[in-house]
Amino acid sequence: MRILYFANFREKMGLSEEIIILPSNVSNVRLLVEWLSARNELSSTLFTDHELIRVAVNQEIVEFDTEINSDDEVAFFPPMTGG
Amino acid sequence: MIRVQSEDFDIGDEIAIISNQKKNIGGICSFTGLVREFDLNNKIQTMTLEHYPGMTEKQLDKIEKEANNRWELSDSLIIHRYGRLKPKDKIVLVITASIHRKAAFESCEFLMDWLKTKAPFWKMEETDSGSHWVAAKSSDDLEVEKWSTKKK
Repeated sequence: MRILYFANFREKMGLSEEIIILPSNVSNVRLLVEWLSARNELSSTLFTDHELIRVAVNQEIVEFDTEINSDDEVAFFPPMTGG
Repeated sequence: MIRVQSEDFDIGDEIAIISNQKKNIGGICSFTGLVREFDLNNKIQTMTLEHYPGMTEKQLDKIEKEANNRWELSDSLIIHRYGRLKPKDKIVLVITASIHRKAAFESCEFLMDWLKTKAPFWKMEETDSGSHWVAAKSSDDLEVEKWSTKKK
C-alpha cells in the first residue's frame, strides 16, 4: 500500500511517502492508524490524537471506519487550511 | 475553471476574460485572499503553501461543479497558489459570474468557505519568533457546515 504524508506528518515522519506491506488484519483506516502508531515512538505521538488526523483514501476524505485494501493510496495530514 | 499554480495571477485580466467570453452576465463577484503581514503580534516573513497534487485538482473541480449545481452561474473560476509566498502576495482567487447578483455573491462565499476546510492545502508561517503550521479554525468548520443545510 502506498502511504503519503503531508505538512506536519511529512515533517515528523521525515518522508513524504512510503510503501508498506499491509497486514491482512488491517482492514480499515482505524486499524491502519493503530498499526502505524504501534510501529515506533515517533509515529505513536503523531498518530495518537485522532482529532488532529485527516485521512484520504484514493484522494477522497474518509472516516476512520472506511475499509481499505493494498491497492489504495492512503494519505495522512492535519486539518486543511486552504483559501 | 480551476487552476492550481505557483505563479501569481492578475485579477483584472481574469475578470476581463470572463466578461468578454460569456454572454448576458449581470454581475461578477470576486474574492482575493492575501498573505497577512501579522499573525497576532508576530510579523510574518513568508508563508509556504503545501498541497496534495492530484487530490487538490479533483476536489476543486468537484466543488466548482457543486456551486454550478446550486446557483445559476454564467461562469466560475478558482485559482489557488502553492509554494513560498510573502506578505501581501495573493493566495487565492474566486470569481463567480451570473445574470443575478445574489447568485454571484452567494456562490463566491460558498466556494471560499469550502476551500478553507476541504481543499488539501496546508500553510506554514515563518515569523520573527519561528515557524509553525497554521492551525485550522473551528469557526471555519461552522461556516462550511451552514451550507449543508442552507437552501439556495
